[in-house]
Parts: sequence; C-alpha cells; structure tokens
Amino acid sequence: MNDLTNTPRTKPRASATFDEYTLSEIRRAAATGIYDIRGAGAKRKLPHFDDLLFLGASMSRYPLEGYREKCSTEVVLGTRFARKPIELKIPITIAGMSFGSLSANAKEALGRGASAMGTSTTTGDGGMTNEERGHSTQLVYQYLPSRYGMNPDDLKRADAIEVVVGQGAKPGGGGMLLGQKITERVAGMRTLPVGIDQRSACRHPDWTGPDDLEIKIEELREITDWEKPIYVKVGAARPYYDTALAVKSGADVVVVDGMQGGTAATQEIFIEHVGIPTLAAVRQAVKALQDLGMHRKVQLIVSGGIRNGADVAKALALGADAVAIGTAALVALGDNDPHWQGEYEKLGTTAGAYDDWHEGRDPAGITTQDPELMKRLDPVAAGRRLANYLAVLTLECQTIARACGKSHVHNLEPEDLVALTIEAAAMANVPLAGTNWIPGSNGNF
Amino acid sequence: MCGIVGLFIKDPKLEPQLGALLAEMLDIMCDRGPDSAGFAVYGSGKDGTVKLTLRGPAGTDFAAIGTALGHEVTPRDTHAVLTVPAAAEADVRAALKSRFPAIDVISTGARMELYKEIGLPADVAKRFKLETMSGTHAIGHTRMATESAVTTDGAHPFSTGSDQCLVHNGSLSNHAGLRRRLEREGLTLTTENDSEVAAAYLTYRMREGDTLGEALEHSLGDLDGFYTFVVGTESGFGVLRDPIACKPAVMAETDQYVAFGSEYRALAGLPGIENARVFEPEPAKVYFWDRAA
Amino acid sequence: MTLSVTQAVLDGAKLVDLSTSSVRELNAALHALAPDSNETFWKVAHPNGRHAIAAGLDADIDIEIDGPVGYYCAGMNKRGRVVINGNAGVGVGENMMSGFIHVKGDASQSAGATAHGGLLVIDGNASARCGISMKGIDIVVKGSVGHLSAFMGQAGSLVVLGDAGEALGDSLYEARLFVRGTVAGLGADCIEKEMRDEHKALLAEKLKAAGILGEVDIGEFRRYGSARTLYHFHVDNVSSY
Repeated sequence: MNDLTNTPRTKPRASATFDEYTLSEIRRAAATGIYDIRGAGAKRKLPHFDDLLFLGASMSRYPLEGYREKCSTEVVLGTRFARKPIELKIPITIAGMSFGSLSANAKEALGRGASAMGTSTTTGDGGMTNEERGHSTQLVYQYLPSRYGMNPDDLKRADAIEVVVGQGAKPGGGGMLLGQKITERVAGMRTLPVGIDQRSACRHPDWTGPDDLEIKIEELREITDWEKPIYVKVGAARPYYDTALAVKSGADVVVVDGMQGGTAATQEIFIEHVGIPTLAAVRQAVKALQDLGMHRKVQLIVSGGIRNGADVAKALALGADAVAIGTAALVALGDNDPHWQGEYEKLGTTAGAYDDWHEGRDPAGITTQDPELMKRLDPVAAGRRLANYLAVLTLECQTIARACGKSHVHNLEPEDLVALTIEAAAMANVPLAGTNWIPGSNGNF
Repeated sequence: MCGIVGLFIKDPKLEPQLGALLAEMLDIMCDRGPDSAGFAVYGSGKDGTVKLTLRGPAGTDFAAIGTALGHEVTPRDTHAVLTVPAAAEADVRAALKSRFPAIDVISTGARMELYKEIGLPADVAKRFKLETMSGTHAIGHTRMATESAVTTDGAHPFSTGSDQCLVHNGSLSNHAGLRRRLEREGLTLTTENDSEVAAAYLTYRMREGDTLGEALEHSLGDLDGFYTFVVGTESGFGVLRDPIACKPAVMAETDQYVAFGSEYRALAGLPGIENARVFEPEPAKVYFWDRAA
Repeated sequence: MTLSVTQAVLDGAKLVDLSTSSVRELNAALHALAPDSNETFWKVAHPNGRHAIAAGLDADIDIEIDGPVGYYCAGMNKRGRVVINGNAGVGVGENMMSGFIHVKGDASQSAGATAHGGLLVIDGNASARCGISMKGIDIVVKGSVGHLSAFMGQAGSLVVLGDAGEALGDSLYEARLFVRGTVAGLGADCIEKEMRDEHKALLAEKLKAAGILGEVDIGEFRRYGSARTLYHFHVDNVSSY
C-alpha cells in the first residue's frame, strides 16, 4: 500500500451537468416513479425585462413633473365588440387563479385589493364563488377546458369572459388539482368525488382550432347578449400566430402568458421546458396585432414574471395595453413570507422557495383548503397589502413614464427602450444599449 | 384552419350548376377562412389534350401568351387555362419557363382547372366567375392561415399530380420532418404550408404505386396531428379524417350528388337537401366516390 | 334591447323565420321574455344549420326548430324544452343546466358536453365525444355513439340503444353508462359493471323520461362505470394518464 496521506489531492468536483438539484431529482424520481409536480412558474434564469433599460428624457425630450403634471393610467378593455367594455383605473390586473388552488380567504383578499385600486380579478379552473364575486367590483370569468362549475348565471354576472386556451407555465397542458385540496366544497363546485387527484383536459371539449373557436365565441356572446368583453388567453409559445388567430376568432382582448407565469400544480419539467419567456413573447404578439391593423383595437394583456413598476412600464412600452400579475399578488398577500420560516423548514423547504402549492399545506394560508391554515390569512389586511403593492407598481410605472415625457403610460414606445444583452435585444426587438443594432430578424417573426 | 366544401355530381342534369352551387357553399364558409380561397373544378376535356392552369401577376396578357405559344387559352382574372396536346405538355412547360418566367403552372390535368387567390372567399369566387363553371365535381377551400403566410401559394387546393388536388382543415404536427423526407425523395415543395406536405405525401405514395385510396390509408400512419382531407381525382373524390376527428365534417348524399361541408350550413342551399342522407364521415376511414364505379 | 324579430303566429306559437330574422334577434327576444310571459310556445323556421340558436335560454318555454341546426344549439339551456326537427351540429345542449332537448335526427360531436342537468334525447346517432365531461345531464341516444363518448364523464347518465365507438368512458369519473349494443372498446379506467336491480330501475327511469319505456328490453343493456383506479396518481397506472 502506498502512503497517500501526504500526496496532494484535487478537491472533490461536483458536476455542472449533474448538479445537486439534478441529483436530488433523479433520486426522487427513482424512489417514487412519478414526475415532480409543483406550483409557481419557471424558476431558472431567463432573459427578462431586467435586461431592458429606459432612455429617460434629457435635452432632446422633456420629462413631466412628478407631482403636478398628469400621467394617466386608465385602460379600457373590450372595445371591439362588447357592449360593456371593462374600464380599469390602472394597467395592472389580477391573473386567473382558481378557488381550489387558492383558499376562499385568499380569493377574497385578491378581490378586496384589486377593487380598492379599480382593477379586475379573474376566476380560475373551478368556478366562481360568491366571496369572489362579492369582493371584486370587476370580475373576469374564465372559460376553461374542464368547465368545472361553468354555468350561465355566473357567465351573466361576470364582467368579462376569458376563454383559456393555455397558460405560460404549461402551453399545451391541462390543469391538475391533487386530492389534498379537493375538499367537499371544492369537489361540490367541480362535480368530483372528494379527495381524488383531479386531471383537467388540455383541449376544450367542444371546439378545436380558431375556425371553431370563432363559433364558440359567437355562442358565448349570444348567451350574454353581446355585453361582455371576451378575452382569449394563450400560453406563450407561438405568440405571433396565436395572437393573430385569436383576433381572427373574434376576441376582444388577447392575454399572452409567458413561461414565468405561475400555476397551482404542474409537472416541473413542463414548467421549465415548454414555452417562451415573457420578454420574447410581447413583441411577437404586438407585431401580430400591428400586422392586422388591430393594435389598441384588440387589447393585449401580458403576464408572467411581472414584479415591479419597471416591468409594467417595459411591457407597456413594448406594446401591451395592460399586464396581469399572479405570483407577485400572492407574495403581496403573504405567500412565502419569512414570518413562517419555521413552518417552511418543517415542510423541508424555506421561505421564498415554497412551491408545493398542490399539497395544500401552505403555512401562509393561501394555497390551501385547510380551514385552520386558511384562518391565518386575514382577507382584509391581505387585501390592503395587495392594494398597496398595486399602488406602488402604478406609481413606479408612472415615474418611468413621466421621466420619458409621457402623459399616459400607453404612450411609452419600444423606441424608449434599449437592451443590456444581445439576447434581450433580439427578443424584445430593441437596440443594444449605446448602439443602433437590433440583432435577429428585425421584427419579422 | 379552414372551411372545406366539395360537390360530386351524379345526375348529369345538375352539371351546368356545379360552379353556382359550389360558389354558394364557399360563400357560407367565409367565416371559417377569411384569408384566402381556392377551388378545383373538373369540367370538360378533349381526348389527347391536357389543361394547364396558369397563374400570373395581375394584368398578365394571357391571350398574347396563348398566341405566342400557339395554343388555346381561356383567361380568368389572374389565372388562365391553356389547352395543349398531351404530347406537347413538356415542350409547352419548357417554353413557359424560358419565355414567360413570371407565369406559374399551378395544375395540370385532362379535366381539372384550379384557381386560388388571397382575399375573402366570396370575392375570390366572383373574380374567377366560379358561378359560371360546369363540370362533374369540384372542391373548394376557405383558409384561416395558422402558421404559414397568407399568400396565393399558401392557398388551397394543392395540386398533387395530374388531375389531383387536396384541401385540408386542421394542423399537422410532424410536417417539418416529413417535408425533409419528401424533398430527399425528389419532391418539390414551394410553401411552408403543412397542407402542401400532405399533398406532396400523397403524390409520393402514388408515385410509389399506391392508388389514391392506398395513399390515404398510408397517411394515417405517417401524418401526425389533426386533419380532415378532401382530395379530388379525374373521376371522383375522397375524404379522410384523422383518428381523433377534431375538425368537423358533414356529408350529404342524394340520387343527384354527394356533397361535403365543414359545417351543415354549407350544404343547406343544395337542391333536395331536405331529403338527403346527411351523415358525418367516421374518423380514420377512407371514403371515396368515383364516377367509374 | 331595440332588436325585434319578424314574428307571426302559427298554431298558437310565435313563429320566427331565420331566413328573415337573425339568430341574434331570435335569442334577444327569447332572453327578454318576462317570467310571467304567456309567449311560451315558439317555432323557428329555416334554421339552415345556423349556430347558437336558442343559446342561453332561461325560461319555461317550448321551442320547436324546423330543420337542421349548427353548433351549440340550446347551449347552456336552463328550463327550456327544445325540439329540433333535423340534425344538430357540434355541441348541441353543451353545458345544459336543466330542461329538455330532443334531436329528431343525428347529433354531431360533443353532444351534451359538460352539461350539468336536464335531458338530451337523440333519435338518431351521436358522433364522437357524446357526453364529454358530462356533469349531471341524462343523455339518451336511440342510435349509436362515436368514439370517446362520456370521456371524463363526471356525473349523470348516458344511455345508448345502439352501439358505442372506441374508448367509451375514457378516464371516467362517476357518470353511469348503459349500452344495449356492442362497445368497440372501453377507455382507460372504464369497466363493465354488474347490472343490479337498482341500476335497472335507474335505467327504466331514464327510458321513461325519454318516452321509450317498454319499447326496449332493459335486460339487453350492459352497464359501464369507473374502475376508480386513476383517482389517485400511481406509478403503475402511468400509461393511462
């Protein structure tokens, strides 16, 4: 035997390919035989709005005074066909999240917060609750493949209808809600046995493709006497085509959800590997509207990873009419708050990383149906936090818009933006900072 | 994503009305496909001659081309039908290519004429005076472009060979790979359209010795995605839906005709429809109506 | 609502002719009916396959449609009794809540899709996906049904006097299926179940509601339902998801 004690040795080297997370996932898969399911959106590092900067005013452009000169934020959605378009005071709405995936208190808090700021909330897979309708002055009713809880009375008491074709976390996939959250009330609303692992369909049961969607939209308009704006929501994958086809199908509003957009429960592999980032989706969707001569006539809502007023302003500058927030709204309510760190640790995770939303054990009482956990969320206080957060997003967006000399946030333009990275420049179709170079196809998608 | 119509006449008394009936069917399918339209009509033919359907830029003087080539030409808007002796077809094609490079030959056949343009289907039908055409059978298409561009080349029908054409409603999911395979086999594809791949696939299968029916059977194994196809041949037409049958299809049969529509609405104006046998073609089943049979 | 329909009175019924009135006008008039209206019998002429005829009804009225209808006829119906003298297009009675729809011809795909209640009777055949995601409706098809019928059926009953196509009851939850003829194939998690007296009684009740009790032998039907093996994710069922 050689004496190795004095021989220098290289340090243990971890694989970049087989990193710790990957190794843990292989072990988990080997032990359980089923894919990993979790909530939230893509967690990997993606090109995002952070890679864009605004060119403020200086000599060639004049800024607006912050406290005296008006910078409007109102948005009207559904001006194309609907007799009663939706009027929002701010260009930020609350994305669809179901009762079932969220607790009744969380839905109520969303309604309170959004209503306080003059904006809308959206139902999700599983139907409309009275709490939600009661606390949301403007409520968008989602029309999903499962049609859980779908009924004409709720359709008529909604302020808008959102036909969901897909969502950013899983373009091409159906919903999931696992047994832990199928309580008696959730099961009753969905006509399902209590406690089962529910599987939602990925296609609508009675139409496929835009030619038939056109007929479906006509039916929904007939049922609601052409009053309600009809949105079509797609997960960002081929947003140029999808937006154009939504317009051709007769949509009033198109919602494009990037891959950072959250979900209550989906396969991890789906969340991280299907769809494109929000940044890459906006210009494609806008281009489709422009090519059809429908930009600003059919409104565009963008969602997926919106966090602050800069994100809002950048999405608007790229051509969106409004943004929707989901994950950020839940955080404002109290999701993943360090206050519950001890409990997150008991669940084998940490505040900020908790994403087992499907298990229904959310210490913050938001993604749960457990009556005890739910009580932890005070809907009034949580609604106030959401209203505060929405106010900050709006103020931040206005701050940027004024700095660029805009008296309405919709007057922000792509030309007010530059990119920090070549990737972002190519995706957003704006020049690399300090150059006039726009890599890629120069607007042809 | 589209609307499809087809009409196969059994009773010769109805043949003069073929174009008028098809035009009405096409008009009703505007909603399903407002971007472009096209149709193939199987009219009269003369023994020993073939009809080449030409397409040129707006304002093309087709009469002058006919005179220059020494063959009979019938212009219709941006298209024209050049009737030439079958033996001379190769020479005429070569002459067209060298002397009139702006002219495309979009179909050939003893009886088939093929017309397609971008625009609202009702307007397209009027431009070509579809309502005046007569014949034994015809297939039409209205297109809502999904991924490929709204161009005249991207409009249906796609001609798959002499007197053969195809229209498609749906969306194929493996057309890019299949396109590469077909190109290696020597087929020429001119658009990015998934439906053209389906048409070329049928041409390829028939070149390998399949009948049209056999080619359609094979497509069930080789084409992935969603489709309802209607194909035309010199003597008849066929229908095939994918095994899931997501895209709609309705058929009507009387003693006088067999008709196909993406929706019943398209068939509602046909004579005697009240007493027709109306049915939906089953998924993954090849249907064929043939004059020779 | 300022729209008006061209109306006449025929056999005591309000007559709406869709060759002169639009579907929008018809539906607007139907939606505007007061709860105590005595206009409870309507006839619709020349439907010619138009879509969304009588969609969104919420009234205790009778409507007779004289001819074939397009997509989503009587969609989301509540309480209305709708008779279609002809074939029905895709999604007839989709998401119906209550009431009665009688298709005297064939029905296209997704008949009665996601419907929560009421009774849908189809005299002819229904094509693929009949009763997809049904949530409480009763469907009686006197002819045959196409593939994937009662796919993900959650509640209610599907009674088929003829045959059923491939993948009947795939991913079935608690909907109850009765088929008199042959079944081309059962979908994932759908199994044949014993036909006990209570099931015969239930079937008799549905046949009675459809007005054909005694016309067919209940002993000829077989019952299909969920094996409930997919109710909880399990690795051994992975090919069925």
